[in-house]
Amino acid sequence: MSTTTIGSRSVLGPGTRAPDFTLRSTPDQSVSLSEFRGRPVVLAFYPADWSPVCGDQMALYNEILDEFQEFQAELLGISVDGAWCHGAFARQNKLHFPLLSDFEPKGAVARAYGVYDEKDGTCERALFVINPDGIIHWSYVSPIGINPGANGILSALEDLKVQRGTTVAT
Amino acid sequence: MIKSLTLPDPDRDHIVGSADALTKLLEYGDYECPFCGEAYAIIKEIQRRLGDDLLFAFRNFPLTNIHPHSEHAAEAAEAAGAQGNFWGMHDILFENQAALDDEDLAAYAAELGLDEARLIREVTASVYAPRIREDFKSGVRGGVNGTPTFFINGERYDGTRDEEHLLNALTPQSA
Repeated sequence: MSTTTIGSRSVLGPGTRAPDFTLRSTPDQSVSLSEFRGRPVVLAFYPADWSPVCGDQMALYNEILDEFQEFQAELLGISVDGAWCHGAFARQNKLHFPLLSDFEPKGAVARAYGVYDEKDGTCERALFVINPDGIIHWSYVSPIGINPGANGILSALEDLKVQRGTTVAT
Repeated sequence: MIKSLTLPDPDRDHIVGSADALTKLLEYGDYECPFCGEAYAIIKEIQRRLGDDLLFAFRNFPLTNIHPHSEHAAEAAEAAGAQGNFWGMHDILFENQAALDDEDLAAYAAELGLDEARLIREVTASVYAPRIREDFKSGVRGGVNGTPTFFINGERYDGTRDEEHLLNALTPQSA
């Protein structure tokens, strides 16, 4: 188990069990992390919907869902925006993966992962790759203004696949 | 195969300038992205000023969900490239970002004196889609996180994208 301390917070690191959660993905549907046991999960915490579009992290991930699927990985975006806001944002950008609302109590899941920005009241730009057993394999917190891209996620998924090469079902 | 994710590959990429140029600029861009459109004019001016001292290469990074015309536009540029005029189409596309329907692409092909029917046939059949995907994937693995993303001599440029700052970054510092 390892953690990285940023200011007074501790970001959950590799080897740590990923805290389970249930969050709204739409105004009338919820998603739990535990539903995805058996597959890798990519959690992408981000500060807010509606950031400038061309450099937008979620728009980028939306273009590489095929690559994530090659690893049978599920991508979940998480911010403190409400489910209706997420819905409008996802429609506008034609996003094809769930955006979860860490809305009530606000930021509780981000806090559990050590990536809540108390000052701004938003999630940090933080990435977690969780292995099929629900253990964090890799985590990364990006400077808030910098889109971390997808290279780190893909490298972590590759690494995970190599590590578990003998046990991954095909 | 792409030799480097962040350096131009003269054997594969569309390039302008000498392959031996000291300064190598690689752009990952999207023909429907307004920021790439702004950068286009700046790159043109920089090319004019640096001439053959600059090697410029362009790889496709279309964000197809937010830019519905970007994929066909990229394919049209590649199809024009197959007929020997990638850069002609590249320029027309960036100069006409608001008009990128298939009919527009055909008109641009005609304007460039290309075989319009062949170009549209190849775009419709997605002949160059695998190459564009290869560009895209190399960008993702190389650290592209939005468009445009520039690499100068293999290093991602995260600075201001105006002429002064880019030119400064592109001008070899004397030892």
